[in-house]
Amino acid sequence: MTNVTNEGKDFNPKILAFSTNNISDPGIDLAGSSHLHYPPGVMVMSMPCTSGIKPEWVLYAVEKGFDGVFIAADGEECAYLPDCAERTTHMIKRAQAMLQQKGYDPQRLRMSAICSVCAGPFTSQIKEFHQTLKNLGPARKE
Amino acid sequence: MSDRRIGVYICHCGGNISDYVNVETVRQAVANEPGVVVAKTAMFSCSDATQQEMIQDIREQNLDGLVVASCSPKLHLPTFREVARRAGLNPYRYTQVNIREQCSWTHTNDHAGATEKAVRLVRAGIARTNLTDPLQPIVIDTVPAVLVVGAGIAGLRAAVGLADLGLSVYLVEKSPAPGGRVGDFGAMYPHGKNGRQLIDRLVGEVRKRELVTLFTNAEMVAKSGTIGSFNVKIRVGGKAPGEINVDVGAIVVATGFDNYQPAADEYGYGMDGVITLPEFKKLLDDNAGELEYNSRQVKNIVYIYCVGSRQQDGENPNKYCSRYCCNAAVHASLQVSEKSPRAHQFHLYRDVRTYGKYELMYNEAREKGAVFCAFGGDEPPEVVSGPDGKLKVTVRDLLTYGEELAIPADLVVLVTGMVPAANSWLTELLKLPLGQDRFFNEIHPKLRPVETMVDGVFICGTCQGPKNSAESVASALAAVSQGASILKKGYVELEPLIAAVDPQACDLCGDCLETCPYSAIEQDTAAIRINSAQCKGCGGCAPVCPKGAINLKGYTDGQVKSMIDALLKEI
Repeated sequence: MTNVTNEGKDFNPKILAFSTNNISDPGIDLAGSSHLHYPPGVMVMSMPCTSGIKPEWVLYAVEKGFDGVFIAADGEECAYLPDCAERTTHMIKRAQAMLQQKGYDPQRLRMSAICSVCAGPFTSQIKEFHQTLKNLGPARKE
Repeated sequence: MSDRRIGVYICHCGGNISDYVNVETVRQAVANEPGVVVAKTAMFSCSDATQQEMIQDIREQNLDGLVVASCSPKLHLPTFREVARRAGLNPYRYTQVNIREQCSWTHTNDHAGATEKAVRLVRAGIARTNLTDPLQPIVIDTVPAVLVVGAGIAGLRAAVGLADLGLSVYLVEKSPAPGGRVGDFGAMYPHGKNGRQLIDRLVGEVRKRELVTLFTNAEMVAKSGTIGSFNVKIRVGGKAPGEINVDVGAIVVATGFDNYQPAADEYGYGMDGVITLPEFKKLLDDNAGELEYNSRQVKNIVYIYCVGSRQQDGENPNKYCSRYCCNAAVHASLQVSEKSPRAHQFHLYRDVRTYGKYELMYNEAREKGAVFCAFGGDEPPEVVSGPDGKLKVTVRDLLTYGEELAIPADLVVLVTGMVPAANSWLTELLKLPLGQDRFFNEIHPKLRPVETMVDGVFICGTCQGPKNSAESVASALAAVSQGASILKKGYVELEPLIAAVDPQACDLCGDCLETCPYSAIEQDTAAIRINSAQCKGCGGCAPVCPKGAINLKGYTDGQVKSMIDALLKEI
């Protein structure tokens, strides 16, 4: 693989993952309890509900140095809001528009429904996202 | 710089963390973070000795913030909040950082990576703690009374249990008499007891208790207030109609289920001799001697299982298993064996779920001659009516290498399951969330099985999902314990991590008012306020505000952004 620069080879994307206290964070905990591996560049911040994430936070995270933001949403399981999935989708659209306006690829934000036993799906999704970001390269191109 | 005084403890967890994360490196990397005055490692943070040491540090060093980096907050957040409280530190100035489930255990293959990540996570926890305010739990006095909606077996048992703990009970039943579905049954599995007699006995127990008031022909029509102090309006019909207002501290919903009603022609439903399981059960209960249907002797019975359950297609399919129907059908089959020992019985099933000790019932049915055939979900049996008017069921039996069987039948029993009761008005009134199966949803099926997202409203029995009578009663008693444990204390403490409006930033546009399904956002002429007893702390309103004036306590703009900065700081 001589056509890969050293920078590209060593690039290890940093991902901020938002989870939810009752549903997806236990799912991510389960990935750990099951000793499933994903890159340590993934850092999780847990919230009560993903519909409470402000789009400004997503932009802030990317501007400050995260290469991607992953939203581990409750999907249909949210116990707070029946229209949680709809609200979160709307928030994501706003955040993607903000990213795009600042010249970032909207693919740097991804959402997936992760349930409280979704250890396997979380691990494979986040690895796949990690690879996507690796292909995109660092968000901040100095 | 920070003028805070924060104590940070990094846990080895025996080796669960320190085998993969260099905890001493982490300690050194965070010891000089803003606000940190104590940074220690501990073999087991949750041990009594370490808890004592933390309390001592908090007191001696006059700490105003606490961070423990250990396991998942699901395990020990309450433990360390309690440590803070015992030391005189406000519990909401505590932050738990998960460096076990979300760090050491998931990066067992990368010690350097895990250690670097742990540093970042602990720094974020410290950053958050720097911006915590002391919060007081919201305290509400409770009324020692409970409204129980539905007087079936679950509601009746809940009423008796609550009264025995000294609580007043208003038991509201919409039909003219208590008893629900079980009140219509004769002999029932697993105990062989008679449903009608069971209910008569329970109603007798209810009548003995002065603390219970039973309203029949009655419905709850309005509800206001919150946990500890609801005001409920009950409309009573019948001979002396009227409306009554009662104050209660909690509400137990026990509104039961509906039977699945097959569509016209589903497995021949509508043909003479094709009936559902509840119809068959009634036939058995009403027939004293040998089994007859429309005055004809019944010699051949074919049961078709999973009718209306485990559906994959169609509009709003019932994807779930009702779990009681296999047992009920096998029990009915045993009753037939007793009444008509010479009858032939064929059970066509997809999977048999006679779980637990009900397996014995299944064995007994087979020993008495019942034949069980398995069919594939994609190849359901067919019911046809011959020229002579006789029913015939054809099925490919997976147990005999896919042999095609044609079984003549005097009676075809469609083993139907439970569906949610049609009571959308109640869902609307109580703002109860529904699960994917459209039954009422508990917070957690195992950890918090009778609590709902609406504080003070409990669910039990089959309104929550299919159950047999014994399971319904067990869940009713769980609701009794949960409800009483709150009301007997005399007050409730609610989590203060709720939304807050910054009056400086708010321009009263009102965009937030409609977004809260719990009606927790209120507006008067001067300001928009959050009703602290109503707010569930989901934060769904925060991104809606165009001015950014709404923040969720514990997850404020400042906290989230400072955590992001801390996660990204150079190692």
